[in-house]
Amino acid sequence: MFSYTFHWNQALKALPQMLDGALVTLQIALLSMAIGLAVALALTLFRLSGNRILGGFATAWVEIARNTPALFQIYMAHFGLGSFGIHLSPYAALLAGIAFNNAGYLAENFRGALKAIPETQTRAGRSLGMTSLQAFRYIVMPQMLRVAFLPATNQMVWAILMTSLGVTVGMNTDLAGITQELNARSFRTFEFFAIAAVIYYLIAKAVTLAARVLAARMFRY
Amino acid sequence: MFDTALTLADLGFLAKGAAMTLAVTAVSVLAGTVLGILFGVIRNQAGPYWSMPLTFLLDIFRSVPLLIQLVLGNALQSIMKLGWAPFTTSCVVLSLYTAAYCTEIVRGGISSVPATTRRAARSLGMTWWQDMRYIVAPLATRVSLPAWIGLTLGVMKDSALVLWLGLIELLRASQILVTRLQEPLFILLICGAIYFIISFPIARLGGSLERRWSND
Amino acid sequence: MIEIENVRKSFGQLEVLKGINLTVEKGEVLTIIGGSGSGKSTLLTCINGLETIDGGRIVVDGTDVHAKGTDLNKLRRKLGIVFQQFNAFPHLTVLENVMLAPVKVLGQSKAEAEAMAVRQLTHVGLGDKLKVYPSRMSGGQQQRMAIARALAMSPAYMLFDEVTSALDPQLVGEVLDTLRMLASEGMTMICVTHEMKFAREVSDRVAFFHKGVMAEIAPPEALFGAPKDADLKTFLAATH
Repeated sequence: MFSYTFHWNQALKALPQMLDGALVTLQIALLSMAIGLAVALALTLFRLSGNRILGGFATAWVEIARNTPALFQIYMAHFGLGSFGIHLSPYAALLAGIAFNNAGYLAENFRGALKAIPETQTRAGRSLGMTSLQAFRYIVMPQMLRVAFLPATNQMVWAILMTSLGVTVGMNTDLAGITQELNARSFRTFEFFAIAAVIYYLIAKAVTLAARVLAARMFRY
Repeated sequence: MFDTALTLADLGFLAKGAAMTLAVTAVSVLAGTVLGILFGVIRNQAGPYWSMPLTFLLDIFRSVPLLIQLVLGNALQSIMKLGWAPFTTSCVVLSLYTAAYCTEIVRGGISSVPATTRRAARSLGMTWWQDMRYIVAPLATRVSLPAWIGLTLGVMKDSALVLWLGLIELLRASQILVTRLQEPLFILLICGAIYFIISFPIARLGGSLERRWSND
Repeated sequence: MIEIENVRKSFGQLEVLKGINLTVEKGEVLTIIGGSGSGKSTLLTCINGLETIDGGRIVVDGTDVHAKGTDLNKLRRKLGIVFQQFNAFPHLTVLENVMLAPVKVLGQSKAEAEAMAVRQLTHVGLGDKLKVYPSRMSGGQQQRMAIARALAMSPAYMLFDEVTSALDPQLVGEVLDTLRMLASEGMTMICVTHEMKFAREVSDRVAFFHKGVMAEIAPPEALFGAPKDADLKTFLAATH
């Protein structure tokens, strides 16, 4: 069945190059997560504001992010925005697409987490003379972030996996992009992509582990 | 006036792409669910220690990008000279990917059935199979269904990646039209709207099932 | 002075306050008793503006609570309130619970707020629990922390909404002792309570609410000793 000879040496020689790509992958994932968290917080406030326009905007964002493919969202950033004269580089389009996706899913996580926090917490804060924004910032939000931490960790893993989609819009500096370039030159598809798969796996596990350590240090109550 | 070069034939082309998306999704979810139920029951029966190899194997499918899985699957079938068409390869990889997630859902569903309920069933003289068939399956299905609906929609969206193997599904069909007509925003919006129209109502149904069933 | 004039409040079809008139003087301890659904708790949340009212007005030290343009956040600094549920902030230590509002609302320095928090917590007998998270404390301790948290804002009035109702019987005493202490120090207090013995001991006046109406108000000896209202007589007979 196997008349094929594997050439692992050739592929392993490219490992340093691929690890450089892995750093870019991690960088995009972390950046997209930071942007996603900030936007998700804003979307959550929009939904809580009671303002119909802001609330509708937030709901639309969340539903589009959750009901269309991540790859579609990246295509929109890369090809679609061109109609407005905005031409994003593959890196920027990838980052924008993933951040958009992260924000939508995280905002939905936050919404679920908010349900776990009793209304009386806000009332207690307001009774102490806090504005509703202060009550959210100092009382509700810290508790919400704790409940949402585990789902957010999953989203971070998703963000790492999503970075691989950059190769479809011409991204060539991240792990998937570099692997594809090496593959195009050597046609050792299986070897290169298998090594990439191992690296992705290790990054995902490392991030999950780091999140667990972080959670243990952050949430002591 | 709004002006576009998009013709009815082009819309038909998009519809064919959407049909391909649905076909890949249907095959993968069906096969993946069957495998997922099988693996889920095995994991539940074998206990955490003995099912470790299976757990590890399935976890790989959830920790490696699907795009990489598709490329590897295609490379592997070519190495093994299986001569699979892109459609077959795509469905095989997506099925395993689906099975990996479905296993977790099934396992969660089964373990949500209280041990006391199962003991009661066995006390009535039911066999293991009868207990599974008449007690566990109905209760676990109810618990798992919302997550399974979410998984199905997830696979539908992720199936866009099979374009990398050359399958002309909805997103690839849109991309081809974009290249030809040079109206990226308009065509992509149609494409997104099609995904949304398929996904959104089903997602809502899943959400309302989850709410209704978590209340009683 | 808290002046309550002809206050009406409905939740949907249900009218829970049907024109309440009541004045609480500085230094007075007023307790409100009555069956559930009599509107007594609602009145407290109307006083600090957590609930709106449908008629009449409530004036605290000359400020109309529900008038347009009233800065409720500023007004609430004057009105400490403690609820039936303890509402401890679970993500903060006991000390941080008490310090939060003085720092964020009053703009006190951390040192200033900490000194005040330690003083108030020691006052309610929690001086040794400063670094503890609320989940590690009993209900009685959490409730005393909530009292210290309200006191740290240096309020002019304290409102207590059935603060012992959610407690196990053996923990009720420690919280009532704290309230007695505050009363003896001259704090102006409105206490909604089911504890008749407590009401009799500490109150200057006791008000009986029934179906949204203040049916009777009198000094405790008169109200408990010689009740006039028929519903009050029934109520007292049932609680003894």
